[in-house]
Amino acid sequence: MKIEANRDICIGAGNCVLAAEDVFDQDDEALVVVLSDQPSDDQTTEVRNAVAQCPSGALSLVEG
Amino acid sequence: MSTSTGGTPTIPRHMQRDRFAPVAETQAARDEPGFPTIRTAFGTPARLVTRYADVREVLGDAERFSNAVVPPMPLPDGESDADRRAGQLLLQDPPEHTRLRRLLTGEFTVRRIRRLEPRIAEIVDDHLDAMAAAGPPADLVSAFALPVPSLVICELLGVPYADRDEFQGRAARQLDVSRPLEERGRLAMEGRAYMGDLVDRARIEPGDDMLGMLVREHGDDLTRNELIGVASLLLIAGHETTANMLGLGTLALLRAPDQLALVRDRPDAVAPAIEELLRFLSVVHSGIPRTVRHDTTVGETPVSAGDLLVLSLPAANRDPATVDHPDDLDVTRAIAPHVAFSHGVHHCLGAPLARAEMAVAFPALFWRFPTLALGTPYEEIEFRSATVVHGLRALPVTW
Ligand code: HEM
Ligand code: SF4
Repeated sequence: MKIEANRDICIGAGNCVLAAEDVFDQDDEALVVVLSDQPSDDQTTEVRNAVAQCPSGALSLVEG
Repeated sequence: MSTSTGGTPTIPRHMQRDRFAPVAETQAARDEPGFPTIRTAFGTPARLVTRYADVREVLGDAERFSNAVVPPMPLPDGESDADRRAGQLLLQDPPEHTRLRRLLTGEFTVRRIRRLEPRIAEIVDDHLDAMAAAGPPADLVSAFALPVPSLVICELLGVPYADRDEFQGRAARQLDVSRPLEERGRLAMEGRAYMGDLVDRARIEPGDDMLGMLVREHGDDLTRNELIGVASLLLIAGHETTANMLGLGTLALLRAPDQLALVRDRPDAVAPAIEELLRFLSVVHSGIPRTVRHDTTVGETPVSAGDLLVLSLPAANRDPATVDHPDDLDVTRAIAPHVAFSHGVHHCLGAPLARAEMAVAFPALFWRFPTLALGTPYEEIEFRSATVVHGLRALPVTW
């Protein structure tokens, strides 16, 4: 599973950081920063929650 | 259905509640095809969207559904539509919206808000001390739920807390749709005049607060009117919403003592409990109505260019298609997706702050007053109707 983040449409709401703090961060302008784009197995649920809770559709998962 | 007569509108259907829940008629609309026609507080016809998937589809697509095209409303003398709109994130579409929002988001990152937590905890403790010294009994709304978020947003923005009676009173009346439109327009204008003075002062001597930051870092990108609009929105959105979450949330938890005990005693129960309270209470009845730009469909329902869509956030958040037993408060459930903070580009800017305030305030309150109880029978507690944000007039408590 690989995480893709589109910083052009991120609105900086921070839902992803709250859902999966080890995987996502925000830069000074609040835009998403992916800390590790290949999350470990035990982070999968958190990451799926983060993607589902992202209000802007900036996050997606590429399976495989 | 509500109608508008003599300039004093009655309560539009999407704001009508049966205590915590949307009225039965609104809940039932989820199961009927299409979108029923209602009237907004301005008396204009609109279509009511209640299903979670439909609400999310509309909120998530600023290209098909606009916040900027709103029906004309009467304006007080000396006020132009451009004045009213300047800096008002909620009344703009991308790309104008994006430009304004990007100036502010840096102030509301999860990390920035974490740094405020110790100060939020102090403010909470001070108010609990004052409540303990003066009571029992107490009115939880005026002693705790309203002053805590008000003081937090004042400090953050750089608004003198000494002015609170003035701006709290004005905000409460401005959001009350049972008041004549002219009066609400005039209140909004007074609010902007008040904020104009603060903006002018910040331009001469910018402080460490958000107004100071905006003037210092974006003084050339923002007009005076935009600064006023942004700051007025933050002041109102920053205290009315969280205040009503704290008041209604305390009442809901007092009625579910096992759940209250979890919030008090188990730090890891707090974050999921707050999401559940956000969902269950959905204090914002609907966001800004969205205008359909071109003929299209939402879910299976055709909508036409120019239609006004009112999105019922509480109905969407109680859709059995997304949550089991949606009408039960259950702070132990796996976090259910919700639209209490909206969705899409207008998703609440202050969400990390609101979450932090609640995460500090609820456990501290229940910890300080382990015997907290209602001071009047539940049936006598007055829910506030007709305001843009759902809430309680007062919450008498004892301990
Ligand atoms: C629990 C408390 C809160 C709730 C339930 C809430 C809810 C909402 C909702 C539903 C919207 C979007 C409306 C729409 O889409 O039409 C919104 C937008 C907004 N909220 Fe909040 N809010 C809360 C607290 C706050 C706080 C504390 C602040 C400020 C510090 C704030 C500032 C804003 C701003 C500036 C917007 C406009 C965002 C935009 O248009 O891009 N809110 N809020
Ligand atoms: S949740 Fe989405 S919009 Fe919010 S910061 Fe993360 S990626 Fe950006």
